[in-house]
Amino acid sequence: MSVRRVMGTEIEYGVSVPGQPGANPMVTSSQVVNAYGARPELTRGGRARWDYEEESPLRDARGFSYSGALYDPAEALADEDLGLANVILTNGARLYVDHAHPEYSTPEVTNPRDAVLWDKAGERVMAEASRRAATIPGAHPIHLYKNNTDNKGASYGAHENYLMRRSTPFADIVMHLTPFFVTRQIVCGAGRVGIGQDGNTPGFQISQRADFFEVEVGLETTLKRPIINTRDEPHADADKYRRLHVIIGDANLSEISTYLKVGTTSLVLSMIEEKALPGDLGIADPVSELKAVSHDPSLKHLVRMRDGRRLTALDIQWAFYERARAFAEARRGEDETEEMTFDVLDRWESILDRLGRDPGLCADELDWVAKLRLLDGYRERESLGWASHKLQLVDLQYSDVRLEKGLYHRLVARGSMKTLFGEDEVRRAMVEPPGDTRAYFRGRCLAQYASEVVAASWDSVIFDVGRESLVRVPMMEPERGTRKHVGALFDRCASAKDLLEAITSG
Amino acid sequence: MATREPGGQSQSGRSRREEDIDQAPAPEANAEVTERHEKLSEDVDDLLDEIDSVLEENAEEFVRGYVQKGGE
Repeated sequence: MSVRRVMGTEIEYGVSVPGQPGANPMVTSSQVVNAYGARPELTRGGRARWDYEEESPLRDARGFSYSGALYDPAEALADEDLGLANVILTNGARLYVDHAHPEYSTPEVTNPRDAVLWDKAGERVMAEASRRAATIPGAHPIHLYKNNTDNKGASYGAHENYLMRRSTPFADIVMHLTPFFVTRQIVCGAGRVGIGQDGNTPGFQISQRADFFEVEVGLETTLKRPIINTRDEPHADADKYRRLHVIIGDANLSEISTYLKVGTTSLVLSMIEEKALPGDLGIADPVSELKAVSHDPSLKHLVRMRDGRRLTALDIQWAFYERARAFAEARRGEDETEEMTFDVLDRWESILDRLGRDPGLCADELDWVAKLRLLDGYRERESLGWASHKLQLVDLQYSDVRLEKGLYHRLVARGSMKTLFGEDEVRRAMVEPPGDTRAYFRGRCLAQYASEVVAASWDSVIFDVGRESLVRVPMMEPERGTRKHVGALFDRCASAKDLLEAITSG
Repeated sequence: MATREPGGQSQSGRSRREEDIDQAPAPEANAEVTERHEKLSEDVDDLLDEIDSVLEENAEEFVRGYVQKGGE
């Protein structure tokens, strides 16, 4: 029982060129990504491509069992010709264009704190990308927003990924996670002005995403969005692992919201894997309750359970909390990240307790409450109704990634919002990878051997070290290639050629 | 409270909150809430003034111009 788990987030940012309604979002997104790709540490020796080769003959390879297998560059080039920008960062993250949005996928991390740090680093990456894009002569300023809807019917995702044991039955995941996902928004919702997909009904709701979900389980992400997504590309050994792809979350600015989002989810997954949940929290109609919970910031809505009980979202979160606490207490001493596990539990308890007394008590920690506090302030001071454009602007600008314009960032700057990390730590995470996953290997290869790295992906790095064929190093184990495993090797090897020789001889 | 019903789940927050009600003197909790609220509302005017200074001009046009394509 632990919050420890290989995880990561992937966020599509809203992109807009004020005054240029005809701007093509694929073009502006590419400009943003390419502008960041021009940073000095990423241009040394040409830019590495993303390796789309999912089905590899080396799929069963483990860790660093290096192989000189023939790699067809033409195949990868064909993907590149799709023309969408793609940059692999020295922190192990991927910055690219997905559909019509710039997207940042964090490097793989092993715990909630690191997930927050590298997710936050992604915000700074986006802010700098738009700053750089604006310096191109003739360019219009491009604004980026870490939100999930334009309030006109479009939604874009903030996904989480969790590595799970393959042996855990998917039906168990669906049964237990559904009530958890329907209700966790009271902790990690980002807040939204407007009800309905197009936001046309005036009002405030807890979640950006709730109104866009239509089914309980499914593979789709762009239409008929499911509460539980069944995509299963583990980017790792598929016999051992499943990657749970979570699409229901909001993009959070608050570090505490993100921390609790991934921390509590990780705890619940752990209980599912250990078969520690009784399964008595089934919700009768999860899709409509998801919306009903979101539409009630007073947290009084009663959710109808399958067994006939009626519980608030807070009751259901308390039930998950109590079980997680009992489960963790019973396993003290077995968890190498015990301190963080109990920190997540303590904060979760404190937040639920305050939400129960008065949600306003969480105004300096949770996104939806912080946003609602601003909105209520304006409503009172300027007698504004929920249909007010000013309130819609506050909602939008809360998520502006610019430190000087984003309202979340203004709240942090004046001490009205708590954070987990200092700015120096976030800046460092823009360029440095986490030390305890394969992202360390990927990131250091990019930082140190850029001219020899042809391409990379989640589970491989491909080198050109002057041999007849390219060399592909598979990384099917997410927790190998860490600083502990290969840090000294990188310190010792001046070139990728040296590194590959060291790996084969070792 | 409407969620109260006989034979409800024993582990849930409901029992926790009932404990709270039994054990924690309510006036104390209210005092904390009130104090916190006072501090927050003193703050709110300054806060809104500061936010006003960074908000984009012409809210209506700005919000209307924010149009996205779906993603994911």
